[in-house]
Amino acid sequence: MASAPSKLYQDDVSLVVALLDTNPFFWAGASLPFSEFLHHVIPFINTLLLLNQLNRVVLIATGTSSCGYIFDSGDGNSSGNSNAVCSGIIKKLEDFVGKDSKITKGSNGDSTRPAISSLLSGSLSLALCYIQRIFRCGARHPQPRILCLQGSPDGPEQYVAVMNSIFSAQRLMIPIDSCIVGAQHSAFLQQASYITGGVYLKPQQLDGLFQFLAAVFATDLHSRNFLRLPKPAGVDFRASCFCHKKTIDMGYVCSVCLSIFCKYHKKCSTCGSEFNQAAPDSTIPDQKH
Amino acid sequence: MYGARVAFQPSAATASSSKEKKRRGEDDDDEEDDNEGKGTEAWERAYADERSWEDLQEDESGLLRPIDTKTLVHAQYRKRLLLRSSTGGSAASRIQKGLIRYLYIVIDLSRAASETDYRPSRMAVVARQAEAFIREFFDQNPLSHVGLVTMKDGLAHRLTEIGGSPEAQIKALMGKLECCGEASLQNALELVHGYLSQIPSYGHREVLILSSALNTCDPGDVMETVQRCKKAKIRCSVIGLSAEVFICKHLCEETGGTYTVALNESHFKELLLEHAPPPPAIAEYAAANLIKMGFPQRGAEGVVSICSCHKEAKVGGGYTCPRCKVRVCELPTECRTCGLTLVSSPHLARSYHHLFPVAPFDEVSPHGRPGQRLPTTCFGCQQSFVGQGGAQPSLRTSCPKCNQFFCIDCDIYIHESLHNCPGCESQRNSSVL
Repeated sequence: MASAPSKLYQDDVSLVVALLDTNPFFWAGASLPFSEFLHHVIPFINTLLLLNQLNRVVLIATGTSSCGYIFDSGDGNSSGNSNAVCSGIIKKLEDFVGKDSKITKGSNGDSTRPAISSLLSGSLSLALCYIQRIFRCGARHPQPRILCLQGSPDGPEQYVAVMNSIFSAQRLMIPIDSCIVGAQHSAFLQQASYITGGVYLKPQQLDGLFQFLAAVFATDLHSRNFLRLPKPAGVDFRASCFCHKKTIDMGYVCSVCLSIFCKYHKKCSTCGSEFNQAAPDSTIPDQKH
Repeated sequence: MYGARVAFQPSAATASSSKEKKRRGEDDDDEEDDNEGKGTEAWERAYADERSWEDLQEDESGLLRPIDTKTLVHAQYRKRLLLRSSTGGSAASRIQKGLIRYLYIVIDLSRAASETDYRPSRMAVVARQAEAFIREFFDQNPLSHVGLVTMKDGLAHRLTEIGGSPEAQIKALMGKLECCGEASLQNALELVHGYLSQIPSYGHREVLILSSALNTCDPGDVMETVQRCKKAKIRCSVIGLSAEVFICKHLCEETGGTYTVALNESHFKELLLEHAPPPPAIAEYAAANLIKMGFPQRGAEGVVSICSCHKEAKVGGGYTCPRCKVRVCELPTECRTCGLTLVSSPHLARSYHHLFPVAPFDEVSPHGRPGQRLPTTCFGCQQSFVGQGGAQPSLRTSCPKCNQFFCIDCDIYIHESLHNCPGCESQRNSSVL
C-alpha cells in the first residue's frame, strides 16, 4: 500500500462551506425577500448533498454584529429526512437573526450610523478554521471550497482582515466562490475569487437564483476543469488612498507602514514617520494605533 | 534467482568486513558495529536504530495513528510566539518592522560544503532549502529584493543581481554548483557592502550567510570589514551547518543579526524559514520615505500589444503602466521604460499582518476557574473540547480581546497563517483600520 501524502483528495467529493448574508438592513430593502432567498438556497444545499453520498455542507451565517454556525451535514444529529433538516436550518437561522439584532440594537446607541455591512471577515475566518480541522482529520478528506452568498456592500474597515483570509485560502488552495445577490459588485469578493481561483457571479435575474447556483456552483473542483464557467469581466486591483478613499492609479507609499497616499505629505498619518527626501535622519516612530 | 543470490551476499560481506573493522580497531560512524555485532543483514541494520513501530499508537477505535504530539507541538509553538513578541517589545505596542528588504544570500561553496553529513551533500541541501526560502520570502515580503553571492576558492562571486522576482534567483540556484577551495568571509562582506550601498535609502539592508566551513581565509583584517558593515547599517545573520565559529558570532552581535547553527536538515529548514518574516527594525537604519508607486489596471482580453519585458507581441492580459502606458506581464515589477515601481494592492496587503499582529492567546486550564462555565466546543472549528469516553479534556486557549475559546490547533493556525482572530472579527467594534 503506497503511503498517502498529507492531503490526499478524493476526486469528486466536496466540502462546501456556505456563508449566508443575514444583514437585516440589506434584506429589508432587497428586491428578493429573505424567505424567497431561502427557498432557493435550501434546495441547493440538498442538491449538493444528493450529488455524492460523501459530500458535506456547512452553513455559516454572516450577521451585522456576530457570525455563527447554522448547519453541519457531517454532524451525527443532522441526518434524517430533508424536511426535518430544512426546518432545523430555518429555526436556527431565525434564532441567529434574533440574537444578532439584539446585539446590534444594544450597541447601536454608541455608533453614529447603522451598520450596513455584514461581518464577512468573521465568517471567512470561521470557515477557514473549520476547513483546517477537516485537513487535520486524516489523509482522506473531501475537497473543500467556500461559497459566499453576499448582498451587503463591503465594509472598508474589514479590508485587512478579508485580505488576510484570502491569502490564507490561497495558501491552502481553497477556492472562494462568490454569488452576489445585492445591487452592486463587491470589490473584496472579486479579488477573493480571482486570487484563489474561484468563480465570481452576479446573477442578472434573482428569480432564477436556484438555476444559477445549481449550474455554476454545484460542481466539484475536479469537474470544473471540463466546464466553461463565467469569467470575471475585469478585476480592479487599484488601491484606494487612505486620505480620501478614492481609487488611484499612481500614488505614494510610506516605506514604514505601507499606507497609500495620493499626494506628497510631510508626515505619515498612520505611523507618524516624518519624511525627508534628503539624508536618512532619525525618524520617530510614534504609532498611534 | 538473481535476486536471491544477491541477497545472500551482503550478509557474508558485512560479516567479514565487520570482523575486519574490529581487527583494525577502526571506529566507523555506523553503529551497527556496536549493537548486534556479528553478521547482521542490511535490512536488520535499518531497524537497529529506528524502531518505527514505536511511533504508532492505537486510537479509541483501534486504528493505528502516529503518537499524539499535539501538546508538545503546541508548547514549542507558544515558546516561539512568546519569544518573538517579547524580543521586539510588548505585544500590545506596534513594533516597527523592516518591510522593504534588500537581502543578499551568501552561499558557502567551499570544500566543506561537499561534506556528506547532510544527504546528498551540504551544498545540495542548502540549494534546495534556499529555493524554498526564496519562495516563502517573496510570499511574505512582496516588495523586497533578493540577490545571491557565492564564496568559493577564497573569492566571492555574485551569482545573481538583486531582483524582485523569485524565478531568476531559483534558476541560478538550480544550475550546476561546484565546491572547491576555501571560504572567505571578508571578501563576501566587502562585495555585499559594495552592492548594498547602491540601494535606495528607505530599504533595509540584510545579509544571510549559509556557512558550512569552520574557518575563513581573508586577505586583510576581517574585523575592519565587520565595522564597515556595522557603519553601513547592514544587518548580517549567519546560519552555520557545522559548528559555532567565533567570527560569525562576533559579526552577528555587532550588526544586530542572529546566529544559529543547524543540528540536522529539518532544523536547518526551520532556522532558515525563521528569516522569512520581517525582523524588528531599528528605526535609524532606514529612512522613512514616500515612495512613488503605480497601481496598474489589468488590460482587457483580446487587446494585442508588445510587452516591455519580453519584447514580443502578446494578446490580452498584462498590465498597463499608468505613467508611460507600456505593457508589463506580471507584478510586482519596475517599469523598464520609466522606472516606476508597479504593484497591486494585494501585494501591499500581504505585509499588513506584520503591522497588525494577533495578540497571543492565553492558556486556560481544562477545568477553568471554579464557578466558570466553559463552552464545550472551539469557537473557530466547532471541535468538541471534552474528551471521548473519559479521556482528558483537551487544552484550550482564549483570546484576551474577545474572550472566545479556541482549541490549540486553531490557535496555531490563527497565529501562523490566518493572522485574524475569528472571535474579534465576528464582533462589530473591533476594527483595526
